[in-house]
Formats: sequence, C-alpha cells, structure tokens
Amino acid sequence: MRIPFLIWCVLVVLGLFVLAAILAPQLAPFDPLRQSLLLRLKPPGTIMGGRSFLLGTDDLGRDLLSRVLWGARVSLAVAAVAVVVSLVVGTTLGLVAGWFKGTTAIVIMRSVDTMLSIPAILLAVLTVAVLGPGFLNLVVVLGLTRWPRYTRVAYGQTLQVAALPYIRAAEMAGCSSFRVLWRHVLPNIAGPLLVVMTAEFGLMILFEAGLSFLGLGIQPPAPSWGSIMSAGRAYVERAWWLTVFPGACLFVLVLCVNMAGDWLRDRVDPRSVSR
Amino acid sequence: MRHHLAGRIGQALLASFGVLTIVFFVMRLSGDPTLLLVPEGASAAQIAELRHQLGFDRPLMVQFAAYLADLIRLDFGESLVQRAPVLGILTERIPYTVALAAGALFVALGVGIPVGITMAVMRDHWIARLLQTFVLAGQSLPTFWSGILLILLFGVTLRWLPTSGVDGPLSLVMPSVALGAVTMSTFARMTRSAVLDELGRDYVNAARARGLSLREAVARHVLRNAAIPVVTIAALEIGNLLAGAVIVETVFAWPGIGQLAIQSIQSRDFLVVQAVVLFVSLVYVACNFLADLAYAAIDPRIRSGE
Repeated sequence: MRIPFLIWCVLVVLGLFVLAAILAPQLAPFDPLRQSLLLRLKPPGTIMGGRSFLLGTDDLGRDLLSRVLWGARVSLAVAAVAVVVSLVVGTTLGLVAGWFKGTTAIVIMRSVDTMLSIPAILLAVLTVAVLGPGFLNLVVVLGLTRWPRYTRVAYGQTLQVAALPYIRAAEMAGCSSFRVLWRHVLPNIAGPLLVVMTAEFGLMILFEAGLSFLGLGIQPPAPSWGSIMSAGRAYVERAWWLTVFPGACLFVLVLCVNMAGDWLRDRVDPRSVSR
Repeated sequence: MRHHLAGRIGQALLASFGVLTIVFFVMRLSGDPTLLLVPEGASAAQIAELRHQLGFDRPLMVQFAAYLADLIRLDFGESLVQRAPVLGILTERIPYTVALAAGALFVALGVGIPVGITMAVMRDHWIARLLQTFVLAGQSLPTFWSGILLILLFGVTLRWLPTSGVDGPLSLVMPSVALGAVTMSTFARMTRSAVLDELGRDYVNAARARGLSLREAVARHVLRNAAIPVVTIAALEIGNLLAGAVIVETVFAWPGIGQLAIQSIQSRDFLVVQAVVLFVSLVYVACNFLADLAYAAIDPRIRSGE
C-alpha cells in the first residue's frame, strides 16, 4: 500500500501529539498546577528567576507550555475512550439489527433516527449538566450520545454481508449467531466502521474541548485545552497566547485526524460510507 | 404525493415523541430531578415539599403523561430561579439566535456554494486544490477558537468591530462568520460532489454539443439539478447552526438561547435548559420534515414514488 507524502506528514504530526500526551510528565518543564502570583500573564518567552516560560503563563501564573502538554493527554484520553465506548455500543446494535431484522431492527433503527434528531452537542450539554462534570461522566456521555452513526453503517453492511453464501455456509456448519457475527460478519465490515471511527475521533476531540470551554467538561485546575481557552477568553485583550496556542494545537490535531480520515475513506470502498 | 406526505408527517411526529422521551429520561438520570431544581443548601423538608409540589413523587409513567400533556399546551413550567414562566424566558431570547443563525447561513451559503461550484468546474486546477485545503481547514476549525481569533484581529487589534455583546448590526458580523465557517465547508463539499455528479451526465454533453460553453451549461442546466441535495443539506444545517450557537453565543456574549442554556445550567435553572434542548431539537425535526417536502417539490421522481 502506497502512502502519499502528505499523509506521511499527517501521521508524523499525529504521532507527535500522541508522544506529547504520553510523555507529558517528562516533557513538561514545570508542574502544570503550580501557581505563582508574581508570574501572572507573562508573555511567551519570558525568563524570570532563571526559569524560562516558552509559551508564557496564565492568569494564575502557571506555565502555559506545561498545561498545553498535559492538555494533549486529556484531549486524547477522553476522545479515545469515548470513541471506543460509542464504537462498541453502536456496532453491537447495528450487528444485532442487521442480523435479526424484523421488529428488533425497526426498534433499533428508529432509536437511531431519534438520537440523530437531537443535536449531539446539546444532548451532551444537558446530560453532563444533569450528571455533573468530570472525566468519567464526560466519557460516558460522549460515548453514549455518539453511537448512532456506527449503528447505521454496521446495520447496512451487515444486511449486505449476511446475504453472502459464506455466511450461509457458516450457519449450516452449526455456528451460533454470536459466532457468525463475531468471526465472520464483523471482520468484513471493519473497514467502513474504521472510517466512521476516524471521523468521530476528530469530533470527539472538538466535543471535549467545547464542553470544557463551556465549563462542563474537565474541571479546573486540571488542564484541558478547552478550559485553558475559556480562562483565556476573559483575558483576550491582555493575553492572546492563552487562547492562540491551545486553540492552534486543537485545530492542527483535528485537521490531521480529518485528513487521515478522508484518505482512509478513499482507500476503503468509497460507496459504503455515506458522507 | 398525499401518501408520501402522510408518511413524512408520521415520521416527524414519531421523531418528536422520541425527542421528548429522551429528554424526559435524561432529566431523571441523576435519580431525583428535584435535586436539580432546588437552590443549594435547602433542607430535607423543603426538598420533599418541592418534590411533592412538582409531582416528582408520582409514578414515572404518570409524570411522563403529565409532562407530555403540559408540552402539548406549550407549558414549559415555571422557572424556580427567575419566578417566571419558562416559555416567556425562552421566547425573549429566540430572536437573537434566529438572527445569528440567519447570518451564519448567509455566510455559509454565500461562500460555500460558489466555492463548491468552482472546485467542481476547475477540478484539476491549482485553485481547486487551494480551495479544497481551505474547506478542509474550515471543517476542522473549533468555533470557539475561530471566534476568539476574530475577536483578537478585528476587535482588539484593528478595532473595527465590537468584541462582544449586542451593539448594533455590526456585532452580528463576527459571530456569524465564526458559526458559519463549519457549515460553509459542508456546503462547499456537498455542492462540489453534486455538481461533479451532474457534470458526467449525458445532458451536459448534449448541451455542450449544441454549442453551450461549460459556464452556460453549468448555469442553465447543472445547477438546477445539483440544487436538490444541497437544499436538503441546507435544511439540516439549520438545526446544526442552532446547536452550534451554544458555543458561539458564549464566546461573543450574544444573548440568544445558547447563552441562556449555559447561564441556566450555572444558576441551576434546569427547566429552562430542558426547554432550550426541546426547542432546538423540535426545530431540527421540523427542518428535516421541510427538507423532505422541498426534496419532493424539486424532484418529481420522489413524488411519484419511482
């Protein structure tokens, strides 16, 4: 498989983000939570008392570079776990609907239509507001609001695959429904699901940042790009770096995920995944 | 056509019912919705009294029936924080969000459709590649970041536009651009693929053979056919714009229903939050329904059920 140069660059950038997230404790020059009133809102490149603050400091005198690095960790962790939750829930429902058809399929696919008629960000806002913020709630809410797209794709694909002769053969050989779905159907519909997963991963990153920006995601003092920017919004006239740097990281990360996703979609059968 | 219409109305009603059900149960996810509504530091007796007063001590199904009955009469309840009917609080803010969404839709259509047509017609030209990068970037742009960048550039540095709040029609410009950017990318992509689909058809060749230039063929024939999928997307995007307004309104301190929802979460005014979610979702369902109707009106094949 030939990977174009542009996609190599995208993958390298994505790799750097993952490395930054994993190695944040080693890479961060300072403790992301340590405050210092003398160091409030220092611009990027400030050197004070023998310490240099490459990206400046925030309104409580915390080092922005350290917070942005730790923020990458939060962003990727939330998005990864939430994507896995929604993938498992959505795919299971889609497989079940596509395999058993009939009333089961009608009920499941009607729920998909209903879920898709509530804008996901609003449903997430309402649910987090009811349950309270925090890492676990955030992951659960994002995971459980974003499953319908997987169900749609898994359902359509399962319907197609289930009609193929090798599935009939597996059934006649005495495989249980579970075994047929797990061993024979799922591997054959993995490509389109992977494409949906990449697109959803980008969205999840944006959702986490958006909810944290609104004060409903990761709670201060823990560093998240969204919450750093939310604090930075208040100081936009005096400290541009508080919003520009975390936002740029967020934008580049999502852009790379989307580019990788678009490329992947063109590689996998392009007709199988709509929009 | 009549059969088609009845089916669509049925679907829209079913979706609305589904929305109401989901919101009802989400409000009860924490176990006791009374706790969402009482002011902090209320005594156990006060909580019990409020629970009884609001009917949360009744069986779930009775509560659900009462909730549906109230909503059908457009009764969203009374805000315990503001001591005023929720409906009034909501309708006061709706015009601001409608203005913002309209501005964003204007930006999205005005930029997205010409960009999409250009990308399709000049497919292999470097301009198309450049535009494609621009569209991909627009798609990945977090609205709260682009909003703040706009504030930094036009509000703080250049001082051309007000940084936030409502101060004449100029204050609508930046929020509309920030909110419209993502939708613009969707329109551009959809228009591009719709026009590309049509360009490969025989009637385009026939038109070219009759001596029409590519530009004329596109303007007279292709756009009319390519409009069908784009109109559908336009209706669906209205719902997304209303939802996206939650974040953009917070960035720009724009007093619409999005800001209302966030303020109400902070002041623990959950009936207002519920009303905002219901309102936006029902508008979304209605837009879906209208998109289907528009689709049938433009494309006679769908009407006759072919």
